[in-house]
Amino acid sequence: MSKTVTRMGDGSSVVRSRDEIRREVVEGSEAAAVKAKIPALEENEVDYLVDMFASPMRMWSVERGHEAVMTKDGGTNTLISSRLSSGIAAPIGRETAVRLFERAFAFDSMEVGHIDYSVKPSKFIVSVEQEHMELLQHTTVFPLFYGFMPNLGLYYRPDGQFENPSDLLPLGKIDAARRTQEEALEACHDDVVWQSRMFAETGADAINYDTVASTGDAEFLATLRATRTISSETDMPVEVSMAAEMVLGFHGELEYEGTRLAGLWPHQQMKLVERAGAAIFGPVVNNNSKKSCAWNVARAATFVKACTAEATIPIHPNVGNGVGGVPMFEVSPLDMVSRASAAMIEIGKADGL
Amino acid sequence: MGTGDPNGMGMAHALASSMGGIKTAGDLVARMQLRKMRLNEAKQYVAEKLGVSVLDLSDSTVMRTVREELDIGVVTAVPGLAKGLEAKARIADLLDIRINSVERLKAKTGLGAGAPA
Repeated sequence: MSKTVTRMGDGSSVVRSRDEIRREVVEGSEAAAVKAKIPALEENEVDYLVDMFASPMRMWSVERGHEAVMTKDGGTNTLISSRLSSGIAAPIGRETAVRLFERAFAFDSMEVGHIDYSVKPSKFIVSVEQEHMELLQHTTVFPLFYGFMPNLGLYYRPDGQFENPSDLLPLGKIDAARRTQEEALEACHDDVVWQSRMFAETGADAINYDTVASTGDAEFLATLRATRTISSETDMPVEVSMAAEMVLGFHGELEYEGTRLAGLWPHQQMKLVERAGAAIFGPVVNNNSKKSCAWNVARAATFVKACTAEATIPIHPNVGNGVGGVPMFEVSPLDMVSRASAAMIEIGKADGL
Repeated sequence: MGTGDPNGMGMAHALASSMGGIKTAGDLVARMQLRKMRLNEAKQYVAEKLGVSVLDLSDSTVMRTVREELDIGVVTAVPGLAKGLEAKARIADLLDIRINSVERLKAKTGLGAGAPA
C-alpha cells in the first residue's frame, strides 16, 4: 500500500498509509465529539480529509468560489517584531508594514496594534496608537482593526496591583483568590472599554479583543461585558478571539447572563459572544503535538463545525502556530498550514480565518 | 488568524483560502462581515452591488477591471485613481454602508451630513 509523508503536530515529518490516516482522522474527530458533546464529522467529511492528508501534493487549497475572509491578530508583529510573534524584525515601521499587507500580500483586512499587544501597557501610549490608526485610515482601503489582548494576568502581582490568585490558591485561600479575580476583572474591563472608545474616535473599522480568557473565566467575563458596552454604545464592531479551546475555571463561579463560564467549549463560548453583541467570533482549538496533523485538523474542524452550525455571526477560527491544526512550530510548514486552512473552511464551514 | 512566520503562516493562509483583499473583493466582503453577515450572505450582497457573480468576487482578472471602472481602489499603483479615504468614500456609497473613517472625514470637512447608522 502506498504511503505519504505527512507531519506530526510538532511539525516533524512522519510516514503514514491511507488506512492509518483514516484512523487518525476518525479518532481526532471523535476526540472533539466526546470532549464537547458535539457531532463527529460525517463520512464524506472524513473522506475529504483522508484525501487531503494522503495526497503527496505540497499545497492544498479551497475550491474556487469557496474563498473566505482573513482577519489578522497580532498586528504587524510578524513583520516588525521578534520571536514574541515569530517576527522577522524587518527594518520598517508599522505604517509601511500595514501597507505591505494590503498591497503586497493582498490581505482582506489588517490590524493596528502595539508591539506588546496587551491593553494595560498600550493604554499609556494611546495617543501614539491613535495617530497610527488615523494616518493609516487616510492611506488604506481595506478594513483596519485595532487589536489588543485584555490579558488579565498583568493586573496581578508582581506586574499589577491585585493579589495573585496563583499565590493564593496553593495556600488553600479559595475565597481570597476569587475576590482578587473579581476586583482585577473590573480594572481590566474598564481599561478595555476605555481603550476601545479611544479607537471609536479615530475612525477604526473594528476592534479585536485577542487571546481572550488566557487567564480563565474572570478575563472572559471582563471581555464579554466590554463587548456588550462597545457594541451597544459605539459604531465600532467587535471581534472576540479566544486563547484556548476551553475556558479555564480559575474562579469557577462566574457567570454571564446566567451561564457559568468555566468549562465552556467553543460552540458554547460563541453563543455568549454573539449575545454580547460581537460581530465576529474567533474560536481556538489547541493542538496535541504528539498526535499527527491529520488527527489535529480533524479534531479542530469538528469543534469549528459545531460553532458554525449554530452561529448567526461570522466565525474566524484561529489558525496560527499550535492552534486550529497548524503545527506547533515557529516556522510554519506550507503543506500543513494550507491543509488546516482549507479544512477550516471546507469542513468547518468557517466564514474566515 | 494567529501567529507564525509571515511567509509560512499568514501568506500561506492567504494563498490557500483568502479572497484576495483589494486585489479582488476581499475587503468589500470583509466590510459586510463587520455588519454581522455570514460569508455567503456577505458575498451575495457585494456581488449584487457590484453587478458581478459571486465567483467573480475572488477573481483578480475580473475584479481588477471592475474596481478600476468603479474607482474604488486597485491593488497596483495607477495615478489618477481613487486612493485611501477617497476610495473608501466611494465604497461606502456603493455598498450603502457607514464607514467610520469616511464619517470622520465628512465631520471634519463638512462635505456631507453622514450616512444613517
